[in-house]
Amino acid sequence: MNSGITLEIPAKAEYLSLVRAVVVSAAALDPAFENQRLEDLRLAVSEATTNAIRSHANLGSEERITIRCGLTSDRIEVEVQDRGPGFNPEKITPSGSLDEPGRLNYEGGFGIPLMRVLADEIKINSADEGTTVQLVVYTPPSNDNS
Amino acid sequence: MLGITEQFRDKWVLLQISGEIDMATGPELRQRIVQYVQEGHLHIILDLAKVDFIDSTGLGVLIGGLKRTRSHGGDLQCIGLSESLKEMFKLTGLDAVLTEKDV
Repeated sequence: MNSGITLEIPAKAEYLSLVRAVVVSAAALDPAFENQRLEDLRLAVSEATTNAIRSHANLGSEERITIRCGLTSDRIEVEVQDRGPGFNPEKITPSGSLDEPGRLNYEGGFGIPLMRVLADEIKINSADEGTTVQLVVYTPPSNDNS
Repeated sequence: MLGITEQFRDKWVLLQISGEIDMATGPELRQRIVQYVQEGHLHIILDLAKVDFIDSTGLGVLIGGLKRTRSHGGDLQCIGLSESLKEMFKLTGLDAVLTEKDV
């Protein structure tokens, strides 16, 4: 992602609404994004940033969380990078679909499954030195086939 | 920002919520629900019509409130669900247990 917007925030929940507002405002610059897709993006970015903030809980440092977003002709790409201890996304995600009744025994654990549903593409790269979540949401295909 | 106003109707406490429910504001709503249950107000209605945004942390607060009230013989129900909120409830399976109260 060579161009776009970069935000660096303290790992504090108070900054979540700012991140949501900036990323959705950036996406809204492209009128091709429908409101529902903007809402999907808002939620997916919130989930990724929430996880990043949580990962810094025991860090005890001033390390910041970086959010980059870039708009291209057919998509918005958002990258959320933290410096917290990594994790295995497959291991912490409860198996099965979101609508299994047993899921309601969990008050958490919805974040990554929701991101997978809401974004068109998601990549999670996690290592000991931090985690990067990349989200891609495409604009709808043009109906102009002429 | 989270706004919470309360009204008492028969056995129900009606909480009108406004703003966003996320990691920043969820703990306040969670604490209010805990407090009501401790005080013996076990039937809670959440009016979410003025909620602009809720994420999975906010849903966790609703699930926690539902479990807490029911474990004490009460209940927690919602009203004022927007279409996007209904969709999120469906995605997460909440629609199966967190009912929309008729008022």
